[in-house]
Amino acid sequence: MSKIRQILPKEISDLEIIAGVAKGESSAINTIYTQFFPSVARMIVNNNGSDEEAKDIFQEAVMVLYDRVTQQDFELKSKLKTFLYAVSRRLWLKQLNRKGSSTNTSDISDYEDLLHVEEDIEKHVEIESKFTQMESALEQLGEPCKTILNDFYIANLSMQEICEKFGYTNTDNVKTQKYKCLQRLKKLFFNNKN
Amino acid sequence: MSSMRRNEFMDWADQYLRGELSVDDRFAFEKFCLDYPEFHQIFEEHKRFISSWKENERRGLFKKSLHRESLHHQAPAKNDTAIIKIWKKLQMNAGVAAAVALISVFSTLWLTGYFTSIKKASSDYSALRREMNTVKKNVNEQNKAIQNINNGKDKIPTPIHFGATGFMLTKDGYVVTNYHVVNGADSVHLQNNKGQAFKAQIIYSDIEKDIAILHISDSTFKAAKSVPYTFKRQISDIGEDIFTIGFPRDEAVYGQGYLSSKTGYAGDTIAYQISIPVNPGNSGGPVLDNQGNIIGIISGKQKGIDGAAFAIKTKELIETLNRIPADSLKGNVVLNTKNTLSNLTRTEQIKKIQDYIYIVKVY
Repeated sequence: MSKIRQILPKEISDLEIIAGVAKGESSAINTIYTQFFPSVARMIVNNNGSDEEAKDIFQEAVMVLYDRVTQQDFELKSKLKTFLYAVSRRLWLKQLNRKGSSTNTSDISDYEDLLHVEEDIEKHVEIESKFTQMESALEQLGEPCKTILNDFYIANLSMQEICEKFGYTNTDNVKTQKYKCLQRLKKLFFNNKN
Repeated sequence: MSSMRRNEFMDWADQYLRGELSVDDRFAFEKFCLDYPEFHQIFEEHKRFISSWKENERRGLFKKSLHRESLHHQAPAKNDTAIIKIWKKLQMNAGVAAAVALISVFSTLWLTGYFTSIKKASSDYSALRREMNTVKKNVNEQNKAIQNINNGKDKIPTPIHFGATGFMLTKDGYVVTNYHVVNGADSVHLQNNKGQAFKAQIIYSDIEKDIAILHISDSTFKAAKSVPYTFKRQISDIGEDIFTIGFPRDEAVYGQGYLSSKTGYAGDTIAYQISIPVNPGNSGGPVLDNQGNIIGIISGKQKGIDGAAFAIKTKELIETLNRIPADSLKGNVVLNTKNTLSNLTRTEQIKKIQDYIYIVKVY
């Protein structure tokens, strides 16, 4: 028994994976795929789905997990595998309904939901829409604003570095520019919202 | 400090958030926020915005790496049922096996001469219509060919015409013969034993049963006395004595024999096999039993077998009559039910029947 245990690859616990996801570690992503993707993909492919659709659905399910993990009050009440499977199943049913083909899905739609993942999915949709809103605001902002703000707030470059990069004569000019850009970004973001 | 411009405050706030301020400066910033709540609010909003943006960026990165990872994974193949799996595995073999089987079957059949014998078998049956003008036609064609050698013109060849037998169904001019007799006819003429000829119309053709119903449309035709024979719907028994009158030549020819089987050519249930000497021209002739009941219509014979002629059963004739749409009839077809032949000798029977049997001439 102990020998077998040695041969088997070390099983990574759900908590470890979740911690990895919260930090965005690629090893965690890899583990999620190798451990949980096959069963989800089989479920989708056996219910009129293609390989591509299986990947999209699983990706979205992991995003639901991510959005949940990155919220403050996170506590996983079930096994990670069950959670991902339930979310994928729900998402796939929704997609099938959108496509209007309710035929041949009996084996996944007839059973009661294993978990109530509806709230998590709703939360995810909300975050996702905010996300795309931000993306589109940044897109509309245009250059050089986008790069200046990105360099400053995301890449954490110093004023001096940005000043040199864009060829401004002094950092005050950059500061003014940055302020103007930020105001525009905020305007774009909040206006798009409404 | 209240006159501080917003952009300067924002820069200060950014420095605070990035931890670029000295300890003293940090306290000064915090105090400033406490003193001016409106700036404090601006600061809080800014902090939220920046942190949610940062979160967004991290989320985007995560999404991207998720997508990258997904490229390395493949969805498992669709779970087929066991039978389909086996079929998928074996369909190539099955295809090859089927091809080999087909090739060997047909090559064996070909080698053993099956196809040539089929051809023979299917041409065993010969319909008994008489080509009346073959000799004349051949001679004419030759003459024409000789004439045309000089002027080089081709003329439409004279169509062949056929002769066969037909007999009266009702006294008002309905006559039955075989479909193969009138098939492709331009015109049909009926000639009785006195030499009178009447033009006839094809009322109905039953290709499957090889039956054609004609009606004499000529004005010179006078309704005859009612027909002397009756039609027997029941199946007759093997061994019954039967006779026929037909026109294998231009004179009526009597033939006598017996019913030899209840099925016709190749087990055909709509016909009897009869043993009467018949020849081309007998087609469409009546087959009568001793009492003068019509039991069938002569239709053909089997080549190479002695005494195997075939007659379509009367039952089939009646079925055909019932199927004729009413609007193609000129008055009802009412078959005679009074037999005036039953107690007569054969020669007297024949005398009475003769008037109702016609040569069918087809042009």
